[in-house]
Amino acid sequence: MNDSLYKYLTWRALRSKPRDRKFNFWSWFWYLLGALYFILPLYATFTFSIEMQRDTLSFLAYEKAFADKEFWHTFGYSNLVALLTILVSALLSIPTAYWIRLRLPQARRIVEFITLLPFVVPAIILVFGLIRIYSSSFNIPFTDIALIPPLTNFRAGTTILLVAGYTVLALPYMYRSVDTGMRTIDVATLTEAAQSLGADWKTIMLRVIFPNLRSALLSGALLTFAIVVGEVTIASFLGVPAFGPYLFLLGQHRAYEPAALSFTSFLLTWMAMGLIQLVTGGQGQATGAH
Amino acid sequence: MANTTISTNAATPSSLRKWAGVVPFFLFAILFLILPSLRLFVGSFTNNAGQFTLDNILQLFEEQSILNAYWLSIRISAVTAIGGGIFGFLLAYSVTVGGLPKQLRSVLITFSGVASNFAGVPLAFAFVATLGRTGIITAILKDVFGFEIYKTGFNLYSFLGLSLTYLYFQFPLMVLVMTPALDGLKREWREAAENLGASNMQYWWRVALPVLLPSILGSMILLFGNAFGAYATAYALTGGALPIVTIQIGAQIRGDVLHNPGLGYAMAMGMVVIMAISLAGYSWLQSKSERWLK
Repeated sequence: MNDSLYKYLTWRALRSKPRDRKFNFWSWFWYLLGALYFILPLYATFTFSIEMQRDTLSFLAYEKAFADKEFWHTFGYSNLVALLTILVSALLSIPTAYWIRLRLPQARRIVEFITLLPFVVPAIILVFGLIRIYSSSFNIPFTDIALIPPLTNFRAGTTILLVAGYTVLALPYMYRSVDTGMRTIDVATLTEAAQSLGADWKTIMLRVIFPNLRSALLSGALLTFAIVVGEVTIASFLGVPAFGPYLFLLGQHRAYEPAALSFTSFLLTWMAMGLIQLVTGGQGQATGAH
Repeated sequence: MANTTISTNAATPSSLRKWAGVVPFFLFAILFLILPSLRLFVGSFTNNAGQFTLDNILQLFEEQSILNAYWLSIRISAVTAIGGGIFGFLLAYSVTVGGLPKQLRSVLITFSGVASNFAGVPLAFAFVATLGRTGIITAILKDVFGFEIYKTGFNLYSFLGLSLTYLYFQFPLMVLVMTPALDGLKREWREAAENLGASNMQYWWRVALPVLLPSILGSMILLFGNAFGAYATAYALTGGALPIVTIQIGAQIRGDVLHNPGLGYAMAMGMVVIMAISLAGYSWLQSKSERWLK
């Protein structure tokens, strides 16, 4: 018995070696083709962005783009919105996922269904519906007394709608990330252990569950950031001063500065994804919405 | 604190309290996802006088411009899903079964994560700089090969141009979903096939591909939905010149270009229906593929 196993293993080792060492033409071919497809547009954007001055290469386009007050204004606004979105989606996801694991497994299906809905309702449809609902005031039923004024009419209102819309887009990633995180740390046992040591709910959430979810939360947050900062569809229809619409308008009447900012935003996406790889140890699969 | 232990039995009062923990989530979902969707749904069955009607839905199938928009969107999504799907599969193959070094695999995965999120305005600008009239590839083809693609009728702001641009986020998505599936191919299957005298071709054709097929098709459907719902990239690239469904709906939101709000809602609902069908198809095929993989 041992003998045949030994023979089998040797045979396997012998026959697998040449296959691994063999120069695999087609693998290299497809890989290099893929690399070209990835890199060429970025290379083109970059070379274009440094050609603003005639006959010399310079970072003038970057200087000009970063000197624009409007850029910092919109970029700051988008970052603030991204932060709020991350906060809201985390606050919605963590307690819900926790509660479902511990107390309410019967709600699992419906909550998972809701977190899948954003894949069925694309951003353009979502903003269509949001505008139609919140462009009129929310009255107390059967009266004319306005409970909420039309949210689309003032800046704070559109920002609320924007954060809400982005939270909907981010929910699938955030919720799944948190839920997977909770599965790996076994929240039920952790909670029981904390309770038996006399911890109250606040302590359990803040000092036991939350720290254990850090990497799941971080990867969900970074992905949300990557989706939100350059988003155009929802932002432009709500008419907010966000980075995406700013870049779009800049592209209408400038050539070099948009290229510089496009390349910068690529680097930002790259940084966010690289960090996700770091915090999840290469396990994170990150895809967003368009 | 006695009733906060984990094994509380579901009596009626406490079972109500149990649902209280998920109220914020449901409230949010109702306010900002369900209600807006319902508004469009109800609107697509309402005429200008506010009465129930099926006219909007019927008109959807009569209005030529709307049918053309759907058809264009479906074609672009299908072409980029199949093209991106095949290319993404081959890339995923090269780093898993194809035997490329491990480091190349993690580079590909990270790059795919970036590229599948690199959409919208920056992507459109990048492709203008690549394949536009003064783009880098256009220039190389002209200077090195004497081949002027814009003389052949090629245009970046056309079906082909938009498809090439969409591919930039399509095939990376395929790489991300197919790599784990290809990892699921067991070495023993190949050995068993070879012991029975199968050639490499026979192994792929009779063993590996049938196992992978639900997963490949499912992922392609995912890619289809990914392209079908895209708006920003197309708008930034073509400025609305290519009338795909999302662009048409965008025009309808800005100003009632169809001269019938109900028809606009119906058009939006049509998109939701197509997206729902593709998501259902994806999850059905995904459950089929789990029989062998994982």
